[in-house]
Formats: sequence, C-alpha cells, structure tokens
Amino acid sequence: MKVGMTTFLDEVKATPGGEHILACIQCGTCTGSCPMAAQMEYPPRKIIAMIRAGKRNEVLSSNSMWFCLSCYMCTARCPRGVRPTEIAHALESLANQQGFRIGGTSTPNFYRSFVSSIRSNGRVHEFGMMVKYYLSILPELISHPVATLRMAPLGLKLFSHKRLPLKATRIQGRQDLSRIIQKFREIRSSR
Amino acid sequence: MKHYNYFPGCSAESTGLGLGLSVEAIAGPLDIELIELEDWNCCGSTPYGSLEGEESIVVAARDLALAEKSGFDLVTPCSSCYVTLAGANRHLQEHPKLRSQVNEALAVAGLEYKGSIRVRHLVDVLFNDVTPEFIAGKVKNRLDGLKVAPYYGCQLVRPRYGLDDTEFPHTLDGLVKCLGAETVDFPMKARCCGGSLTICEEKNVLELTRKILQSAVDNGAQCLVTPCPLCQTNLDAYQGRINSRFKTGYDIPVLFITQLIGLALRIEARALGMNTNIVSPGEVLDYIQNHVKA
Repeated sequence: MKVGMTTFLDEVKATPGGEHILACIQCGTCTGSCPMAAQMEYPPRKIIAMIRAGKRNEVLSSNSMWFCLSCYMCTARCPRGVRPTEIAHALESLANQQGFRIGGTSTPNFYRSFVSSIRSNGRVHEFGMMVKYYLSILPELISHPVATLRMAPLGLKLFSHKRLPLKATRIQGRQDLSRIIQKFREIRSSR
Repeated sequence: MKHYNYFPGCSAESTGLGLGLSVEAIAGPLDIELIELEDWNCCGSTPYGSLEGEESIVVAARDLALAEKSGFDLVTPCSSCYVTLAGANRHLQEHPKLRSQVNEALAVAGLEYKGSIRVRHLVDVLFNDVTPEFIAGKVKNRLDGLKVAPYYGCQLVRPRYGLDDTEFPHTLDGLVKCLGAETVDFPMKARCCGGSLTICEEKNVLELTRKILQSAVDNGAQCLVTPCPLCQTNLDAYQGRINSRFKTGYDIPVLFITQLIGLALRIEARALGMNTNIVSPGEVLDYIQNHVKA
C-alpha cells in the first residue's frame, strides 16, 4: 500500500462503501442509533471526523469497526446518505489489508476463519469454521478454562438438533471460484 | 405457478436447517416453484465484505451471473444472503468500471454479469407475489388466538431496498395474521439481536438478544417468529446462555415464519424441521392441537 502518496481519506473514498463520506455533516444520528457505540473506542460520528482529519493509525488500530453489527440502523437514518455501516466495512478491509494488529477483539479472527471456509469449500462449513476460529484464539481459551467449558453445551445442543453437521458441503465449481478470485486480484493489482 | 431462482444460503443446511426444510415444505402448497440455483457458492456474507470489500463483490457476482442464465428473480430466505447479494447487485450497477473488471474475471469460468435480475427476500415473495389473502385461503389449521411476536431483525428491512419500513415494518405481521394468529405489540421487532458477534463478542452483545426476548415476553407472546437463520439461532440456541448470564428464566419458542405457515397449512411438524428447534416448540404445537377448529 502506497502510504504517503494517497491520503487516508482518499483510500477510504476509494474502498467500496467509503464513497459518500464527504457528505457527512457531523449531526451524530449514526452514533445515537448505534447499539454498540458505548463499546467502541471511537463511535461512528467521531470516526468519520477522524478519517477526514487523516488519523490513519488511530482509526485502523481501533476496535470500533470490528464492533459493527451490520444492523444498518445508522445507514437507514443518516440524513445525508453516508452509509456508515459500509464505512465500517471499508475500514475493516483497510485494516486487514494493511496488517494492523487490533487489540481487544477477536472479530478479525472469526471473519478470517469464515472467509477461509468459503475459499476452500465454496460454502461456509459452520463446524469447520468454528474449529478454525477457536484454534486461532487458543491461548485466550486456555487462560479462561471455565468460560471455555461453559461453551460446550451450546455446541452439543446445536449438534444434537442436527444443526452442526460435521461434514462440509463443497461446490463443484470451487476451482472456478478460485480462478475467478485470482483473476480479479490480477486485474485489480495491474491497474 | 410462479418460478424463482432459489438461493438457500449455507446456514439452511446447518444452523438454519429448520428454515431450509420449512421453505421447501411450503413452496408447493403455496403454488411457487423454487428452483435451487445450480452449484451456488456462499454469498460472502458480512465477513467477506468486511475483510475484502472488492473481492467479496466478485464472489457474489458468480451467483448473480449463474442466476441470470434462467432470468428468474433470485430469492433467498436468509436475510444476510439477501443484503449481501442485493448490495453487490446494486454496487455493480452503480460502478461500471468495477463491473467490467468483475466481468473480465467471471469470463475465466464462462460467466457474465449483466444486471438483468432482481434479488429478493422470500418474505417479499410471500407478501407481494403469493399474498396474505392467497395464503389465508390455503390455511387448514387457523391459528386463532395464538399470540406471536414477529421479529424482523435488521437485514430484511435495512439498509433500504423498498420492501418495508426500516423501523416499523409490517410485512411479517401480515403473514402472521393471515394464518389467524394475533401479533403482539413488539417495539423491538426490528432492533439488532447481536448478529454474528454472538460468536466472537458474546459478552458485549448478549444483552441485545436478551432485550428482544424480554420485549416479546412482556407483551404476552407465546412464541417469536423470524425469517432470519442467524437471528433464530441467537434467540433460540443462546436462550440458555442468556438465562445463565442474566439469571433469567426465558423459555419461549422461536419459530421460522415458514414453520408457522407450514403448521397452519397442516404440514407435518417433522417435515418443517420443528425437531431442530432448541427451545421446545411443544407448547405452540399443543396449543394448535387443542384450539384449532378442524
């Protein structure tokens, strides 16, 4: 990533969902509508102001966008059509692509396990995805053994109600899907 | 009989098995043919779009291109698939440059995205194509007196695809009432249940799930219904964890709307996947057994 050649604001604007950020009038409707605002380091209105002020490191290393539930309440209510939910997704993409380490949330680990399941099967295999996710946060699980064991009944209930099949469904066209993704990456990086 | 491209979504085969089974069971009796999209891939859902915004659009575009071969609307019962596929469809129509790059990539598999079909939620099809009036005419077990809290969740009505009001929606209410059942006042009907963050941020979102259950109980509901497999899992499978965390005693069944419709059509409970519900729907089944006029 050509840090320094393009501004942080330009990067956000060029990421799907970030296009409408300049329309923001800082009214705060998004923050007032967000069910997770209290847990975020910087709530939605503030993070939009920070992006426009060029605070790349503070924004991309924060937990804020990883706490977005994609409930789209802010997007439905925004009087300027800014789509803050999509800005959160844009920030997640930028933080992921630029290798920012995020403290205090395991949402990126969960998302990575989810995407990796799609890339290998063409579909999400929920059981396999959960195993991969739990392995990625193993040290934390081991340091909280009681809480970890208390998760077991939930998994067993889902399994005994046929809702967590052990076998993955794989699509015929998974090679096609990989080739499409590969080609798309080549096209994007060459332009 | 109307035809649709059917996109079940990954969870219809696992955590949302009751949804997948009940959709298939009610389609025939309601005179709609859902033709499963051949070799569909995961839409990408929120995680793919979050980690790789642009790449996620090409993943969804394969499904859209496959669906365009037959020209039928692409219908999904999953709210997350709906928002993802409809979002990609809109994004590609608004961004011609990205669209030509996506088409260049799809060409390696002999596919092309033309933007010629609509992505629709099954609730939209049931409400606007099948219609509550038609469903009412097919009901064999009128669910008179059953008190239901219709839970829309988020992605059925938001961001804004014109299906329903984004804060006080009514379509699901209409589908419940046409079965003879009553809908209760339910101010939390379109508030977030915590989504997939129950997996990775449970301690921060379980309170959101609890508030929805509390609102349904406070208003006298005997059960909740929802179309969304993720909402159903949070409200149903996590009820035990909510009870132990908040020292509450919730024991309220959470049905898929398609399961409730199936019960009113007098389809066998097993064929609707009622045995996959974790909080036992026994009381609802008993109520229907005892109160319904044959």
